[in-house]
Parts: sequence; structure tokens; C-alpha cells
Amino acid sequence: MAGGGIRAKIRRSSLYTFSCYRPRTSEEEGPHDIQGPGYSRMVYCNQPHLHEQKPLKYRTNYISTTKYNILTFLPKAIFEQFRRVANLYFLLAAILSLTDVSPFSSVSMIAPLAFVVGLSMAKEALEDWRRFIQDMKVNLRKASVHKGDGVFGNRPWMKIRVGDVVKVEKDQFFPADLLLLSSSYEDGICYVETMNLDGETNLKVKRALEVTLPLDDDATFKDFNATIRCEDPNPSLYTFVGNLEYDRIVYPLDPSQILLRDSKLRNTAYVYGVVIFTGHDSKVMQNSTKSPSKRSRIEKQMDKIIYILFSLLVFISFISSIGFIVKTKNDMPNWWYLRPPDKNNLFNPNKPLVSGFYHLITALMLYGYLIPISLYVSIEVVKVLQALFINRDIHMYDEETGTPAVARTSNLNEELGQVDTILSDKTGTLTCNQMDFLKCSIAGAAYGTHASDVELAAAKQMESGNAFGQSEIELETVVTSTDENERKPAIKGFSFEDSRLMNGNWCKEPNADVILLFFRILSICHTAIPELNEETGDLTYEAESPDEGSFLVAAKEFGFEFCKRTQSTVVVRERYSSFQEPIEREYKVLNLLDFTSKRKRMSVIVRDETGQILLLCKGADSIIFDRLSKNGKAYEEATTKHLNEYGEAGLRTLALAYKNLEEAKYSAWNEEFFKAKTSIGGDRDVMLERVSDMMERDLTLVGATAVEDKLQKGVPQCIDKLAQAGLKLWVLTGDKMETAINIGFSCSLLRPGMKQICITATNEATLSQDPEKSVKENILMQITNGSQMVKLEKDPHAAFALIIDGKTLTYALEDDMKHQFLNLAVDCASVICCRVSPKQKALVTRLVKEGTGKTTLAIGDGANDVGMIQEADIGVGISGCEGMQAVMASDFAIAQFQYLERLLVVHGHWCYKRIAQMICYFFYKNIAFGLTIFYFEAFAAFSGQSVYVDWYMLLFNVVLTSLPVISLGVFEQDVDSEVCLQFPALYQQGPKNLFFDWYRIFGWMGNGLYTSLIIFFLNIIIFYDQAFRAGGQTADMTAVGTAMFTCIIWAVNCQIALTMSHFTWIQHLFVWGSVTTWYVFLAFYGELSSALDENAFRILTEVLAPAPIYWITTLLVTIACNLPYLAHISFQRSFNPMDHHIIQEIKYYRKDIADRHMWKRERSKARQETKIGFTARVDAKIRLLKGRLQKKYSTMSASTVIQHQT
Amino acid sequence: MNSNSPSTSAGGPGSADSTAPRRNSKRPKYSRFTQQELPACKPILTPKWVVEIIDRYETDCVPLDSRNDKVGFIQSPQDKTCHRNLTVPKRMKRPIYVYYQLDNFYQNHRRYVKSRSDQQLRNPGDEGDTSACEPEDTAHGMPIVPCGLIAWSLFNDTYNFTRNDQLVTINKTGISWKSDRDHKFGKNVYPRNFQNNTLVGGAHLVANKSLSEQEDLIVWMRTAALPTFRKLYGKIEVDLQAGDVINVELQNNYNTYSFDGKKKLVLSTTSWLGGKNDFLGIAYLVVGGLCFFLSLVFTIIYLVKPRKLGDPSYLSWNRNPGGH
Repeated sequence: MAGGGIRAKIRRSSLYTFSCYRPRTSEEEGPHDIQGPGYSRMVYCNQPHLHEQKPLKYRTNYISTTKYNILTFLPKAIFEQFRRVANLYFLLAAILSLTDVSPFSSVSMIAPLAFVVGLSMAKEALEDWRRFIQDMKVNLRKASVHKGDGVFGNRPWMKIRVGDVVKVEKDQFFPADLLLLSSSYEDGICYVETMNLDGETNLKVKRALEVTLPLDDDATFKDFNATIRCEDPNPSLYTFVGNLEYDRIVYPLDPSQILLRDSKLRNTAYVYGVVIFTGHDSKVMQNSTKSPSKRSRIEKQMDKIIYILFSLLVFISFISSIGFIVKTKNDMPNWWYLRPPDKNNLFNPNKPLVSGFYHLITALMLYGYLIPISLYVSIEVVKVLQALFINRDIHMYDEETGTPAVARTSNLNEELGQVDTILSDKTGTLTCNQMDFLKCSIAGAAYGTHASDVELAAAKQMESGNAFGQSEIELETVVTSTDENERKPAIKGFSFEDSRLMNGNWCKEPNADVILLFFRILSICHTAIPELNEETGDLTYEAESPDEGSFLVAAKEFGFEFCKRTQSTVVVRERYSSFQEPIEREYKVLNLLDFTSKRKRMSVIVRDETGQILLLCKGADSIIFDRLSKNGKAYEEATTKHLNEYGEAGLRTLALAYKNLEEAKYSAWNEEFFKAKTSIGGDRDVMLERVSDMMERDLTLVGATAVEDKLQKGVPQCIDKLAQAGLKLWVLTGDKMETAINIGFSCSLLRPGMKQICITATNEATLSQDPEKSVKENILMQITNGSQMVKLEKDPHAAFALIIDGKTLTYALEDDMKHQFLNLAVDCASVICCRVSPKQKALVTRLVKEGTGKTTLAIGDGANDVGMIQEADIGVGISGCEGMQAVMASDFAIAQFQYLERLLVVHGHWCYKRIAQMICYFFYKNIAFGLTIFYFEAFAAFSGQSVYVDWYMLLFNVVLTSLPVISLGVFEQDVDSEVCLQFPALYQQGPKNLFFDWYRIFGWMGNGLYTSLIIFFLNIIIFYDQAFRAGGQTADMTAVGTAMFTCIIWAVNCQIALTMSHFTWIQHLFVWGSVTTWYVFLAFYGELSSALDENAFRILTEVLAPAPIYWITTLLVTIACNLPYLAHISFQRSFNPMDHHIIQEIKYYRKDIADRHMWKRERSKARQETKIGFTARVDAKIRLLKGRLQKKYSTMSASTVIQHQT
Repeated sequence: MNSNSPSTSAGGPGSADSTAPRRNSKRPKYSRFTQQELPACKPILTPKWVVEIIDRYETDCVPLDSRNDKVGFIQSPQDKTCHRNLTVPKRMKRPIYVYYQLDNFYQNHRRYVKSRSDQQLRNPGDEGDTSACEPEDTAHGMPIVPCGLIAWSLFNDTYNFTRNDQLVTINKTGISWKSDRDHKFGKNVYPRNFQNNTLVGGAHLVANKSLSEQEDLIVWMRTAALPTFRKLYGKIEVDLQAGDVINVELQNNYNTYSFDGKKKLVLSTTSWLGGKNDFLGIAYLVVGGLCFFLSLVFTIIYLVKPRKLGDPSYLSWNRNPGGH
């Protein structure tokens, strides 16, 4: 416990003026009055055994997110299976097949169904098993629990009971919702990171009740006893009502004593807490909603097709039945050879309606081959294999964390190819929540030579290219090259590079005294605590925000090492140059005016060793600039210019200022401040603020800092590519607006030329009578204004950005306003929502999903993104980080944001096309097959006889045609992955749904209809009466049926061979193997003389194979069936090619190698017209510079301008 | 070789004896291959016509006075012999196949197709297996062999051919599939109790002939796919010359009058493709013509407006640069 010694001496609470102010006991309200329903929970602290029986027996800390358990699996999974209409139909058919009504043998109905359902259930079981393993990982985490007599021991989380006293150490997660009793800090404060709950990155301060503070040692819990009475489990994260009865005194509890499950202890060595809510009672679990089962768009559309086919089925069944009734009633009495009527009334001319009814059932079963029974299971097999490929993709494997991409559900693979809008979380997803000190501006001089990516690229472009088209090509190389020589900062949080300041060289700079002051402000004005790493002797800092940490690291690198904090002093070890001995200087901290989001600044008042009182202040530039004295504005202009540059580069900026104080003036102020600080009542905060404000005036500007909120690797490039693929990106973050905007800049979602439409709720409105209404009106007006602005814009390059905060969003998401809001948002190139709650994230997602009707993808890493991940059509979790909630709720998990590009542009594109083609083909093949049965009925008096042998039909879907279509679904590639990435525009084929629109679907169905007609009538006409052998024999029903079936097998397999554009040996094996299998099966089946159908005995070897006409017919029918499709694709490829056709050809003829110039040009053109992203930004910058250039040409003499520009 | 071999053999056998082994060692070995005597077929591509004679007789064979009650006529026990004359239009080479063709007869009706017992046909022990044969399953409490509607309704018109008052024999063996005779219809299964019910359907079977020899039944039991079908009746194994008049004496027994079914007698020769099948040829011509037409169209369009393969100007973003 390094640094514990220092820490123990500091009462952290006294560091804070505002945020952690502790009301004194005198002003404490009495205990909460908690009675009645909703407040029934009793917790006997340290007496968990009391909670072992009812009514105090609460839920265990075991969590389970599985869908089934061992007992419920069978009934529930079977129920799930038969919720699919098609499966239910096949179940009914299977049951009916046991009766006389059935046209088929019962085994041929039951076997495929059992196979299909069994396979689907096996898949369900496997997925649930994986979830179970995930849960158990969490459940088996160890926590230190009081086991009696002041001894603590480890116990798995699932064994923790209500009332247990738990000791949680630094960087551990809380195993349940706890009441904080004491911490390693003397005053019971602890820091909690709630990123998993609400996504906020700043640490929250929690504090224990004063009465429980003495319980800060294992041994003290020996005799600890207390009772908590509190509210029942509920999902509200920010409220808690309860009372603690300890030593017969009742103390009120509030949310600041509650440590929530899944948040993490930070900057605190350990805490003790009592378990209040366990397992599913805990707030975070109460917040979690059942993950909805998602279905892809294609699957929903497929359902419609299934319904169409069902209608077709019912329709032709009715036609058959009517035909049957007519035939049976009128003709059948004359058919003496049938000996009507029969005893089962199946063929009774006297009761045609009864027979007709039976026949309807028969017909519904007979034509069941229109509905592809194996469709679902084939799709499932294909998707599992596709998911396997996603999981195994080496390009989506993160070497650092060792995590591959995981497709957690395989239902949504093809949906990845149709995404329109991406909703992304910021922290942990786009950024790594690490700040790097990058640049600074001191005394009007800019330091720090690291250029941002945008600057680099734009500069390079201006040098290299004059023509637009030319220069665009270079961009990609620029982007990739900067990526390659990515700097690896030796020191975390510090990527500053400028020899003028480093190694004490700053002394030689002109304004050395200001620079000195700048460094002092960095090293003194903060609330961090140094911690000594005993092994290396280095100091690390525990700061509230990562910004502050990076300042301290920077100060240390500059030679101002903050090394010690006591209750009232800060010690800085100053080293002016590398060869000098460091000098320790002690600053007495007189006051600390800490940072709040409202004040946007913090100040310290210190007395240095010479007795001089200084106010050191850092804060948002706008705030600081307002508070400068007349003399202090010396560097304002230069600094503003630098700040703008930094802002444009997406850096987080703060301005630093100071003020010298006179002793007398200070003591006068301090008195007032003290008064305010010790005042009682509601206006204390207001008073404090006013007094602080008085002090923080007439400052002198020193400089500004620029900190980079470090983006994750490859994020700007990835966003750029996604934008080029035509995707929209919305950022939803829980962070402050400023931070969000900064990130917007650094990801190139925002750029300087962009018109930002900021929509915020104004506070002035509170004065009017109906504040709510006027706020709403105000927001509506802002939205309408924004829309007007967008509409009136003439410049095609103009881009708009919408920035909205959470509070405003609550109004904007209300029913009466949300559509206006959405319309505006859709018109804007980028949308950033800041300070949004998890719930709002989900609401925004729903709004986009339902309002635009397009596919949304949500990506996030924390528990606060769970709602959004579940709500979106596709949820993607970032799995690199520690928290698992987002991953658990997600459909796909990837290790880094940058893999999203490959996931969507490559896998999504492929999967979409594969599944779309596969489904189309499935319907084609089943229509082609199913309708021949129907036609035959017309020639068989609608009696329900099938021309095929039962076993042929059984095998048709399951064996003879399934493998080729699966190979299509798994292996088909229109273009290879590299080309997919190079031509992001190809992705648009998915969102535009080019491969599964109704035109295409009906085209395939029409093709199926045509094929069925050709197959049936050609065969029938060729075979019906004439001898088909030289030996004079005529064909019987089995021979005709077998010949027809052979034609079907050839036709559909040749069809799929025409459909495929990517042949590996697997496809060849499956397609031609299927045809071969048919002959092998036929020969084999023909030899099975007894048991099976007798008419097919030696059908191939004796009857059909020696007949040349059989082979000739097969050839004729196969050609005739595939001719229209062949003509269609030839026509399409020759005269109306799609993008992938051309690219295939280019690749095939190696034109990309022969003509590199063309290849590059097309690649750059293939980008979607986009207004966000890196490329767009560079384009905009070039446009701007060019525009300027032109203007200046026209007004001034040319030569000077060029010099100026370059 | 040619010059000396006859002379030496004629000159002296003694000298031949001494020289024979030496000389014979050089003699090429005989094999069919080296002597180019491999069995071969020598196709002469002459057009072979399939000659077909079709005679529809179901109306003509009903006496004029019974024509308004054909069903009554066919069900009556009176003599139903009928004489038909067929003229051979072209020379018909043997074998000439004799078919009967029925029309509007639903051999493919589900009730009909199912009404048989293959177990019983094959195996004498399974004669009680008549569950599928209802209502022709039993007669007088005993199982019928062969049972079922198919066997019961066996076609029973018979034909006798004479040419110039000379009997033309009809060979009725080998008209069924060999596998049927060998494996599906038992050699030791004999008809029993057949056509013994009150309602007599079609033909009777010869009681002491095993089912495997009753080829008419075997042919009939292969149900046809369509309501119009032809079945082999027998083979004429003499050539018929053009202009020959063949007198057919037929017994018009089978009732197709109830359902207005036609009956036809067909004599036909076959080619390697089987019987007369114009449709196949036409279909090939049509499909081939379509292929040709399409290729022509594509060629023309290609010549008029060619597209270079892999031409990037066809990429969507180059074709309509405005909107993607």
C-alpha cells in the first residue's frame, strides 16, 4: 500500500470546497420516514444468517442471463421452434401424415422435421451454454467477506449474502450493492468509477457516515451490528432512501453512501461495506432488460415471402380441392375401376364435400414442398459458419489483448451489410480514455511540434497536387503512412515534443519567467495526490480526471515534479536544468476553489516560500478570457489563435492564468469566504460561488494547454472509410459538451467550416409561468431554425453538425417534437449528443431505428451502452476493456473500434449478398419443384397422388440440393476482401437492398415458375404415350417421375452454378457432387428390392439408363430451364453491369496491375459523397485554401499571395 | 508372305517341317486388334422412320343398334368379337410392337395406385397381406391373389392378327421388365380366388400359371403416369410390307364406355429413341433455335454497341456522377 502514509494524513474532504461538502450534524435532517409499501427491505448488517429464511430471504448474488435452464430447455426451446409458422405447419403435416389423408409415408414427413428442429435446438443450446459460462465467470469472482470474529476470507461472488460485510480493494469491482462503512481514508471517502453504469469517466466521490468511520479495520467487525431499513430493489441508479440503525440511533442514508455493483473502486486502497442488494436485486441488474431477440431485415422480409408462398400453397390447394370435388362428384361414379365409394369417405362421390375437405388437407401436405422446410435450418447452418469465419478472421484479432472478434449471435450476419446509421459511444469506444499532453502556448508562443493527422495530410496535399482528382489519390497513402510511424510515447500521458522547453532549455526562451509560472500552475493547481512506486522510485499521480494527470506528468517532465501533498501544503521539486540539483519548494495552500461543470475553472490560492500570495487558475478559455485584467491581456490575441488551432485539431484546451494577491486584500476576502463556507442552508453554494467569483477576477493570462484525448488506434481512418461507405455516424456520449465537440474534431466528425447547430435548453425560461412549456417552445424553435438553415443552404459542400445535450434531448425526444428533431438530425452530416443517460441513448437509437426505418448499429463498451446496444438493430460491444456488460448484451464483440470497418464492409457485405442470394435461390428451387407436383395433380384427377417416389422428395431438400446452397451461403464472394475495403461504395449495395428487393425476389419466383413448367411439360409430352426404349416399353409413372426428377436436379444445380461467382473446389464438389449423389442414390435405391417402394426397383440400371431418350431429355430440359437466366445474366453483364461485375473483370484481366492509375482513380471515386470523415475534411480544407487563393489572386498581385500561402 | 506360303505348302511338307519353327517365330501373333477385326457396329446414317398404325375402335366395335347404350352392351354377356382391317402404309421391319392405348383412364389415381400388395405378389407366404387392397382384398373370406384394384381391373381386350388369311403370331413374352418377372412377381405365386367376387372387373388370369409368367398382368401393374397411356400387348416378329392388309379379330371386352374412354390399337416399330416422338425433335430445334437467336442478338448488340470488359466507365459512380 504505497503512499498510504501520505494519504492517511490527509482529510480529502477538506480539499474540496464544493463537491464534497459535508453537512454538519447540526443541520442533518432526521432519519427518513420509511414505512409502507416499497420500503420493506430489512438488512441485518454482519448477520447474514438472519437472511437465510423468509421473509428476510432475499435473492442470492447469483446472476444468470441464460434463456433456459436444464428443466425449461426442452419445453421452451421447442415452443420457440414452433413459433415459426413454417415449422408449425410442418409439425401439423407430420401429425397428419400418420392418418390416411397423407399423400406421403409418415416417415418422410417426420424425419426432415425432426432433423431440422433438432439442429436448431442444438444451436440454441450451444449459445445458451456459452452465456452460462460467461455468467459463471462473473459468479465465481472472488471477494473478501467477513467470516466472523474479524476474519476476512475469499468467497465467490455468488455466495455473497445480504448483510455480509465485504472488503473491496483498489481497482476491484463491487460484488453487490453495498453501503459504504469506511475506507482507507480517514474521513471515509472513496472514489468510484461508474463507467460501467453511466459511462462517465470522471471519478465519483462517495463518503461513509461519520458513525461508521471507526470500522476501518478487519478486527473491528467482530462485534459490529446494525440494521438497515431501506427501499425495495428498483432500477433507479441515482436515488436511494434508507435508514441505518446503529447503536440504537437511526441515521438517514442517501445515494452517496451506496456503492453499486459493477462500478469500480479507484484511488482508494480499500473500503468496507455491507451488502444491501444482491444479484438480480442490485440496481445494475434491475436496469438490465432482457436482451430482445433480434431478427434481421432480410429474415423479416423472408417471412413475408413465406407468407406469400403459404398463400400460394393454400390457393393451389383450394384449386385442387375444387377440381377434386368436381371430378369426384361428376366423373368418379363412372370410374368403375376405382370402385367408389370407399369406406373412409376419402373418395366418395356421394359426399363430395366431405371428401373435398379431406382432400384439402392432403393437398396442403402434398404441396408442402413449396415451403422449403430446410430453409431455416440451412440458413442457420450457413450463419453459424459465417459467424465462424468472423470469429476466425485474423484481421480482426487484437494482438495486444489477445481477443478475436466474436459473433455472439449468428442471426444478424447479413444485417451487417445493410447498416445505415452507426450510433457510437465515445469513451472507450472512440477514445481510450487517456490524455496526452501534446502542445502548449506560453506567453503567446506556441510550443509542441507534434502535428495532428489532419494538418499533416492537408499540408502534404497542398504541396503535391493542384488538380483535385490527382490529389485525392494521395490521401490514402498519407493516412496510412502516418498510421505506420505511429509514435509510441515513452511516458504515458505525455507526447510533447519541443526541444525549446525540454531539458531545461526553456530558461533560454525570451519569456522564461512566464514559462516558469506556467509550469508552476501546472504543478500546483490541482487536487491530485502523488503516489510513490516503491520498486522504481517513480511518482505516479492519482488525479480526478485524466487531464489533470497528464498536466502533472507534463510538469514533471519539464522539471517541476509535484512530490508531496500534506493537509495544507504542496511540495514541488523544481529542476531548472538537467545538471542542476532539484530544489524542493513548499507552497502553502490557502484555499482551493475546485472544479465544477458550472464554474468550468479551478483555482488555488497559495503562499510561496517568499510569502507572496498567488492565485493560480486554470479553466475553459472563454471563462478565463472574461476574467482577465486589462494588463493581463498581453498574450490574448496570440493565445486565442493558438487555441483555435488546437480546437480545430480536436485537442482539449485549457487556459492558465494567475494573479498576485496582496496580504490585506486576501485576508479580507478569506474572511468572507470562510463565512460563506461555514454558512448553513440552501444558499451556501450560491454564496460560495459568488465569493469565489469575486476572487477569480483581474487575472493575467499565462498560456494555454492542449491535451489530446487519445483516440483508439485507427479510429479516424475507420470513420473515414465508414463515411465513404455511406454510413452515418452519431456520437452519443455521457461526457461534457466540450469534450464531445473536441472528440468530434479529432475524429473529423466536425471540422471548422461546418455549421454547428447547437441545441441547448436555456435556463432563463424558468422565469415564465410554465417553465416546462416555454423550454419546449424554445427548443422547438431552435430545431425549426436549424431545419430552415439547412434547407436554405445553397452550397453543396456545406455541412451541418447537430450538437445536443442530454437535458434538451429529454424534451426533444418527446412525442410531439421527436420527428422534427429527427428530420433535422438526418439532414445534418454529423450528430453529437452529449451528457446523455443510458436510457436516452436507447431512446435516440429507437428514434433513429423507427423514425428512419433504416438499419442502425450501436457500438459501445460500457454498461451504459447496454440499452442502446440492445435497442439497435445490431449491437456491437468492444471487448478489449474490462467491463463485460456491453459485450454480454451485444450481438458482435470486437476488440477495437477500427475492426468495425472490416466487420461491416467485408463480412457484412459478403453475408448480406450470400444470404440474399441463398434465400432467393431457395424459393426458386422449391417453387420449381413444388409446382410440378401441382401440375401433375391436374392430370391425376386431383387425387393427391404424387408422381415422385416419396424418398426422392424427402431427399430433395435435405440431401440433394442443400449442400450447394449452403456452399453458396458460406463461401460466395463477389469480390475479395481487399477490394471490398478498397471500394467502400460496394457496401451501398446492402443498404440499398439491391439483392433482396421484391423485383429480384419475384424474378426468382418467376424463374422457378418457368422452370417448373418446362420440366413438367417437356417430360410429360416426351414420355406420356410413346415407347421410350428400343425394346418398345412405355414409361410408367415411376419412370416419368424419375426422369422428371433428374431434370429438376440438373436444372437447379446448374442454376446455382450459374449464380455463383466464386468457385473453390468446395463449390465444385458440392454442386457436381449433388448431381452425382442423385444417380448414386437412384442406383442404390433401385437395388433395395423389398422394404421400399417397389416400382422404383432397378429404375436407373434397368429402365432409364439404357434409354438414350432419358439422357437426351435431361440435356434438353436442363438447357431450356437455364436459358432465360443465362440470357439475363449475360445481358446484365454485357450491357448493364453492376459495380462488382466491372471490378471482377478488372481483376480478372489484371487491369488493376496494368493500369495502376485507373485503379487508384476509381478507388478514390468509389467513395460515397460524404461530409464527415478525414477525407472530407481535407477536401474542405483544400477548398477553403483554394477559395482564398482565388480571392487573393483577383485582388492582389499574384506573387506575394503564393508566398504568403505557402 | 503372300508369294511363298502357298508355294511352300504345296511344294514339300517335309521341308516345311524343318523350317516351320524358325519361320513361325516371326509370324505375327493373331489378335483381333492387330488384325483389325474387332467387333464393330457400322452405323449407316440413313433416316429410319418409325411407322405407326393407330386404330381407334371403341365405337366401331359396338353394333349399330347398341350404340345408344354402349355400357349396357359391354356389360351384357353377348359376343363382342369385332373385325378390323389395318393397311400397312410403309414397310414395317420386325419387331413390330402391338400396343393398346386407353384414354381417360386414371391409372394414376391415388386410390388406384395404392391398391396393391407387392409383398403378396412376390412371396407366396404373404398372400394374406392385403391391407392396402380394399375393396378387392378378400373374396368369400379368403385373400385374393393378386389383390387390389389394379389387378382386378386388368385389361381384357384381345387381338388376333391375320394377313392374307395367314395367322400372324403375336409374341407375348418379354413385354415386361425383366426385373419385374425375376424379382417382383413370384415364380411360385399363383392366382387364387381372383375375379371370384360378384363384381368381375377385367381379365381373368390363367390359374396354373405363376404370376411371373403372366406378363399382361405385369405390364398392367406398372401404372401409367397420365390418364392417356399405351401399354405393350405383344410383339409381331415378322416384317410387314407396305400395302399389306392386316385383319384384326378383336374381343371388345373392356369397359371404357362408362367413362367415355377411347380405345386404340397401335402397331409401331421403334428406333433407338423408342417410338415415334416428333416432339423431342421439335423441342430440340426450338431450344437450339432460341440459343442461336440469342447468340445472334448478343453478337449484333455487341457489334453495334460493344463494351470493353473491365471498362471502369461503367462503374455506377462514373455513370451517374450526380447521385450514387
